[in-house]
Amino acid sequence: MADEALFLLLHNEMVAGLYRAAEQGEGENGRCTTKLESMGFRVGQGLIERFTKDTARFKDELDIMKFICKDFWTTVFKKQIDNLRTNHQGIYVLQDNKFRLLTQISAGKQYLEHAPKYLAFTCGLIRGGLSNLGIKSIVTAEVSSMPACK
Amino acid sequence: MSRPAGRKQENHKISRELFVLTYGALVAQLCKDYEKDEDVNSCLDRMGHSIGVRLIDDFLARSAVKKCRSYSETAEMIAQVAFKMYLGVTPSVTCSSPAGNEFSLILDKNPLVDFVEELPAERASLCYCNLLCGVIRGALEMVHLAAEVTFLQDRLKGDPVTEIGITFLRKAEDRKHKRN
Repeated sequence: MADEALFLLLHNEMVAGLYRAAEQGEGENGRCTTKLESMGFRVGQGLIERFTKDTARFKDELDIMKFICKDFWTTVFKKQIDNLRTNHQGIYVLQDNKFRLLTQISAGKQYLEHAPKYLAFTCGLIRGGLSNLGIKSIVTAEVSSMPACK
Repeated sequence: MSRPAGRKQENHKISRELFVLTYGALVAQLCKDYEKDEDVNSCLDRMGHSIGVRLIDDFLARSAVKKCRSYSETAEMIAQVAFKMYLGVTPSVTCSSPAGNEFSLILDKNPLVDFVEELPAERASLCYCNLLCGVIRGALEMVHLAAEVTFLQDRLKGDPVTEIGITFLRKAEDRKHKRN
């Protein structure tokens, strides 16, 4: 749908704009990532509220993670998470082989060092969503070969 | 995978809400970074401009519209096709100058401010939707139409409707030379 293009462009602009501003200012890369992540956090909190208004209560953590992988991801990125792994002790790995926000950037190892910037917002999104569902979490992202990411 | 039709509508709504919420977070972050409203406004305008120059490609690819022959056709196209496609609303277009190069798009429902109640007191001159102006300006630039786009009225500042003014800067005769 057309909304997707709009969101993709806005997201890319946000990343570019924040980093441009940082370069002219103090030049601290870490701050930009934090800013992006906190923006994602706010959006994630709001979005998950609207989204789970009418759904049934979640049974446990795994149920919540499955919801995120299926419904939440489908609504936001138009596809499901390809692989969910867990060690049943609180660590979950979500793997997306064709991450929407990275497909336009490259299809391999080119520009790999820039990939984390584009994942910060999504990490915040997930953390915000989980926090409003009652789970405190730390979300990190790893890219070994675009456009797949974990 | 079959889904009931009601769910699909909801999903569209959520996608749009994602965009609106993200925009809100962006404006909030910019307000934290910059103290002056003019800086925030110009930053939003610049970002909108970059988005606009890319969005026009997407728009032309999706809508396959024919070339517009006049400024008023262009304004109608923006209002009826582009706004409907991307934001789901159709503003009404009025021509506000006898020369035929100034138009107003009047939005009585602005989806970008769905979750905004009012501007905080210390940000009275913030143009919350300045991104839209930048987008329209950037997109028009890419089809070789220079224009100035500003907000004439803004519901967030107490006006009855939101009005965007587009002023085309070049004469219509120049366009005769352009071939597709």
